[in-house]
Amino acid sequence: MNEIKTDIQPDWSKQVDDDRIRTSMYKDPAIFDAEMEKIFGRTWVWVAHTSEVPDKGSFKTSHVGKQPVIVCRDRKGALHVLLNRCRHRGATVCEHTSGKTSSFQCPYHGWGYALDGSLRAIPYIDGYSEDFDKAEYGLKRLKVDVYNGMIFATFNPEAEPLEDFLGNAKVWIDLFMKQGAGYPVEVIGEHQFSFPGNWKIQLENTTDAYHFPVVHKTFLQSLDAEAADTFAFLEGDGYVEDLGNGHSVMVAMPEMVDLEEDLERPIPKRFEELAEILRETHEEEHVRRIVRAVGGCGFNLNLFPNAACSMAFFRILRPIQADETAIRHLAIGMQGGPKAANQMRLRLHEHFQGPMGFGSPDDAEVWERIQRGTDAGPDLDIMVNRGIGLQKPSENGLDVGDVTAETGMRSAYQMWKRMMSQ
Amino acid sequence: MSETTKTKAGISQAEAIDFVWREADVLDRADYQTWLKMWSKHGLYIIPINPDETDFENTLNITYDDAGMRRMRVDRLSGGFAISAAPAARTVRLLSRFVETDCGPETISLRAAFFLTEDKLGRQIQHTGTIEYDLIREGGALVMSKKVVRLINANGELNAISYLF
Ligand code: FES
Ligand SMILES: [Fe+2]
Repeated sequence: MNEIKTDIQPDWSKQVDDDRIRTSMYKDPAIFDAEMEKIFGRTWVWVAHTSEVPDKGSFKTSHVGKQPVIVCRDRKGALHVLLNRCRHRGATVCEHTSGKTSSFQCPYHGWGYALDGSLRAIPYIDGYSEDFDKAEYGLKRLKVDVYNGMIFATFNPEAEPLEDFLGNAKVWIDLFMKQGAGYPVEVIGEHQFSFPGNWKIQLENTTDAYHFPVVHKTFLQSLDAEAADTFAFLEGDGYVEDLGNGHSVMVAMPEMVDLEEDLERPIPKRFEELAEILRETHEEEHVRRIVRAVGGCGFNLNLFPNAACSMAFFRILRPIQADETAIRHLAIGMQGGPKAANQMRLRLHEHFQGPMGFGSPDDAEVWERIQRGTDAGPDLDIMVNRGIGLQKPSENGLDVGDVTAETGMRSAYQMWKRMMSQ
Repeated sequence: MSETTKTKAGISQAEAIDFVWREADVLDRADYQTWLKMWSKHGLYIIPINPDETDFENTLNITYDDAGMRRMRVDRLSGGFAISAAPAARTVRLLSRFVETDCGPETISLRAAFFLTEDKLGRQIQHTGTIEYDLIREGGALVMSKKVVRLINANGELNAISYLF
């Protein structure tokens, strides 16, 4: 029999309905490969924070989807995102996670690249004929743009401007960055982990307030009464808002959306000691601003497809394969800010995050359970219908559900469907 | 010669090694209430991320525990509510390559290599690294005034740990 070759692409849109998704979304390697091409290969992907590449010559290795990249600043301070792949026979040109350099040299035959990716040096160039043009063999460069310290890159030269892509999410990024309390926001450390599960399980989780009292019971038990009350947000009037383009925000603590508002509010007991220390060197108003900032924001902003501004840290996911995902939790602080304040931020981050934190390990456990559980019942669906029929429209005309609603997940999956159908 | 004499006047290396072996045994048996009593009140239990870190207070760690955090950590691991720690992994750890790094009248510091295997749900994982102990004599008994656990892969990916190093 003759094999019939067709160019007909699978219809991925059938994977997603308004209120549910197919189980194969977490499982199917073919879907994963298509996602790498149609989503991570086309849209803006978070690659670094500007504080990770502070100076001329600074670099930081990162990924866009599965592809390793280098984020760096050239001699004039301009940002570049370069594929970490030598144009000769393909070796990585940089295996350090971060540092400073004046060029990248391939370890195999020594091709040397400038910080803007251009090919500068070839050992024994005489072995190439005269029509060899170095200009054609620079490190492949991605389109790059920055919004309020967050560096994004895309393989797609036609991609819409970053600001248009972020759209309604921009004001939330601005609110999140108020955690600098007047100082620049700076990455001050990170925890890294991976879990044997699909990347969209983590993407969903950032807008999932519903799990908090169940999964994070031991974290809640470790808080004082006042803090435990703050985290008992399922009873409060928080909400989840679709921000368009797959982005969404889950507002758990509405009173902690704008950190510069109502600064006269009483300082919570757990921050009193810090406030006392700060009063020695700062005016009362700035003390209050810093203390408020140390407590973090009351919301999780989910940016499709790989980043989140989550209360007090950045969460960055990296898809590895259909059932494997790597995650970074970046602690942030105030650059040049009071030591005591940054120390408290570090301690709060350690309390919840990391392999021995009181929160992250339990999240990772349930995500793995999803990957294992969905080995059963391939014909059953994953339900994301919570809140349907109870939503109201936002100022932007998009859906707003209560704090436990799966509005954010539906937003991400509608974007997924749009991008996968292109 | 003088080294030995100085040590003998305070805490001997043998006594210190006996203490850290007992601590390792206590941890493998998850006898956390006993472990809490093996600490000086102001002791710090630190697992840094950066390999050569010395400024723990101003950097991000895996743990930076004072007495209060140690107590809460033990409550979390023992309470049965932490889904990643119920059941906890079972562990066996070995300590060796002891080097005395400092000593005073009632203090001693040791550096040791450790190798730990955990087993959870039939899956075994190894962790290894160096532990730095600062021991002090309080009310006749040795206790830890500082313990720094340097995992050799602390700055890479590390997944849920349902016990203590
Ligand atoms: S592979 Fe890079 S120089 Fe040959
Ligand atoms: Fe969680």
